[in-house]
Amino acid sequence: MSFLMSLPTLLHSAVIFGTVILFGAMGEILTEKGGNLNLGVPGIMYLGGIAGLCATFAYENVYCVRAGVSPNIAVCVILCLLATFLAAALGGLIYAFLTITLRTNQNVTGLTLTIFGSGIGNFFGGSLNKLAGGVGQVSVAATSEAFRAYPQGLVNALDRVTGSLGLGTLLFSYGFLTYVALALAIVLWYFLGKTRSGLSLRAVGENPATADAAGINVTKYKYLATCLGAGITGMGGTYYVMNYIRGTWENQGTIEALGWLAVALVIFATWKPLRSIWGSYLFGMLYWAYFYIPNLTRSSKELFKMLPYVVTLIVLLVVSLRRKKEDQPPASLGLPYFREER
Amino acid sequence: MDNENIQYAIQMKHITKRFGSVLANDDVDLELRRGEILSLLGENGSGKTTLMNMLGGIYYPDEGQIFINGEEVTIASPKDAFRCGIGMIHQHFKLIDVFTAAENIVLGLEGEKGKLNKEAIHKVIRDISDRYGFEIDPDQKVYNMSVSQKQTVEIVKVLYRGADILILDEPTAVLTPQETEKLFAVMRNMKADGKAIIIITHKLHEVLSVSDRVAVLRKGKYVGSVDTRDATRQSLSDMMVGRAVSLNIDCPKYDNPVDRLIVDHLSVRSKDGVLRLDDVSFTARDGEILGIAGIAGSGQKELLEAISGMQTLEEGSSITYIDPKTGEREALDRLDPLDIINLGVRMAFVPEDRFGMGLVGGMNIVENVKLRSFRRGRSIFTDQRFPQKQATQIVDELQVVTPDLNRTPLRRLSGGNVQKVLVGREIAGTPRVMMTAYAVRGLDINTSLTIYKLLTEQKMNGVAVIYVGEDLDVLLELCDRIMVLCGGKVSGIVDPRQVTKEQVGLMMTQLGGESDAQ
Repeated sequence: MSFLMSLPTLLHSAVIFGTVILFGAMGEILTEKGGNLNLGVPGIMYLGGIAGLCATFAYENVYCVRAGVSPNIAVCVILCLLATFLAAALGGLIYAFLTITLRTNQNVTGLTLTIFGSGIGNFFGGSLNKLAGGVGQVSVAATSEAFRAYPQGLVNALDRVTGSLGLGTLLFSYGFLTYVALALAIVLWYFLGKTRSGLSLRAVGENPATADAAGINVTKYKYLATCLGAGITGMGGTYYVMNYIRGTWENQGTIEALGWLAVALVIFATWKPLRSIWGSYLFGMLYWAYFYIPNLTRSSKELFKMLPYVVTLIVLLVVSLRRKKEDQPPASLGLPYFREER
Repeated sequence: MDNENIQYAIQMKHITKRFGSVLANDDVDLELRRGEILSLLGENGSGKTTLMNMLGGIYYPDEGQIFINGEEVTIASPKDAFRCGIGMIHQHFKLIDVFTAAENIVLGLEGEKGKLNKEAIHKVIRDISDRYGFEIDPDQKVYNMSVSQKQTVEIVKVLYRGADILILDEPTAVLTPQETEKLFAVMRNMKADGKAIIIITHKLHEVLSVSDRVAVLRKGKYVGSVDTRDATRQSLSDMMVGRAVSLNIDCPKYDNPVDRLIVDHLSVRSKDGVLRLDDVSFTARDGEILGIAGIAGSGQKELLEAISGMQTLEEGSSITYIDPKTGEREALDRLDPLDIINLGVRMAFVPEDRFGMGLVGGMNIVENVKLRSFRRGRSIFTDQRFPQKQATQIVDELQVVTPDLNRTPLRRLSGGNVQKVLVGREIAGTPRVMMTAYAVRGLDINTSLTIYKLLTEQKMNGVAVIYVGEDLDVLLELCDRIMVLCGGKVSGIVDPRQVTKEQVGLMMTQLGGESDAQ
């Protein structure tokens, strides 16, 4: 069966796309737990991705070339992550200022941020391509290499031992950010469920008036959750740029598609970081399913591309039928908070 | 009594608080001693909750001083109140549904940073429970709790924060008698432990059973305080309602009252299964104002909503409307609100939030008038001229102060003007039955008199008016008959010329109103 033969490659692609979605979903879970529904996830991913690419381009293709030195891998990675986080968090800050301080409509603000982010991303991406000259394609090869590096020896050894299962490739053939994402999900779970600050943040998202009366600084928590959340979401963009398209830029809208999947994943995972881990890989698989199912026509492929969204709809349906309180969105999600003025 | 030896937990001196032109508290003095339970008694709108909210840091007094344990303090926020050791348990609980009891209790506290130490927190909660006799499961989620359990969480929450002065705002309003007894037992334990407690309640028998002293407010003023052992139901009720004041509201007689609306054995349950109206029967007649008196939440809202078709009635209830032209009897209990409106039953409902039912705050006067008339006309377009004319009429006749009819959203008008628009619109629809709830709440005396005049005019035009009110003086002068509700039951239907205010006050607090029955 050709499908079973291609399963390992499917899983491999699923993990890569899943990680992009996972970053997006984790950032959004943090934001939404504070009561803010940020639909700017795709835009923030664009911002993160392009900032990471620009920073490393400036270092690797401009500074290092002019200075005539070979790029330092550590500098590449740190610079890229820093630029990604800052740009994405800045996007979050814009959103936070508008929705928390000025109390604008969160849906509208988020959608606008998505359009803004994809515009900025593609504008600078196109410019970089132009700057790169020659073949017309920017490439930060060294940085991308660093992001994709994995312990070749270990993987090969494991593959030999497990034979056709190929556990080595399946488990350890990804760049380090893949594992960072996993660790981050666990940290997020611990933070939200076990710490005082996590409790306060959830209280803000559930009932800001009660949180306020209990002495919690609602505005501070909302701002921090939104900006940090955006920073994490932005990592998804950079992960896509560095790990999947190998330090280049493309403007086919894949980041945007993955960004919306991240928003869907938050609902799928019912706002739980641990559930978002396997959910993200499942979404990754569903995203690529059409590629591995034989004899699909062009139009039926499109049907298969809908799968993640269909699954999300089903989850929404099941959750609202079961009415389990723990699976509901934060009670004040999407609502601006006005302190009762007397 | 030897004043030298009394230690005061709270002394409030010359406290005055205004909301706009309304004087909520007028030069109030209140003292709370250590280790006592003080009942704060007063009618609706007498300023009890406002006064307490100034201790809880929700309002700030315009004038006056507050002393805690003999030291003058400034309480500007709930945090300040905590710092003074004041814990307030509000009528509406401030709890987060998806959190456990323990999570709600420690919420927002600066404990050791980082991880929540569940064992340590649970231990403190258990210590508090054992000390005062609470029953609480720290791991239970709030959404699984009964009202009484939620209240327990609120009380433990303030005790956990080290409060030694507790203020309970109508804590028994939502409790069953057994739960009330348990709460009182806990309060006595806290008192024995040296805590000072203020309890706001309307129920005289509770006042007599739990408190050491009673302080009475009336219309924002401090009437005085008495030791509970020297008080009786009658004496407290007299202090609470005061001597009747003459308001000179005209109550002309209509010649020939005819039955218009017959309510028989009406019972209504709330969503959570509590009986809100219990076997209520009465008749509303043409040319009469039927007053409905009762403590807030005695079933007034449910009664009006049941008549207008917005409540599900219990088995055996019936509401009959008698058509004035044909004399035919129509059962309203199976009709939907639109059919009932078309029969001529209109309701002007004024809950705390004027825009809850009846008016849309973001729309202007004409559009709000149109809400009643938009079905007129034959084409697919709604009639524009009629509401315009009607709005102009309402504004002229009732002297509504507004910059314009078509531009200013209603929300921007003052409460009195909004109220005039609502009542004016309902009257303009020439109803046969007109129901008003708290029609003058928050209005100044002149606007109130205008509304009374309008209602009396309606009555003299042969409309059956049902008037739910709070001010007993007004009810006694305005109405032709008064039905007194007490806990969803009819405590009695009386002729206002033949009862005293004190009698009505007593009927509001216990069925039938017999003095010192228990």
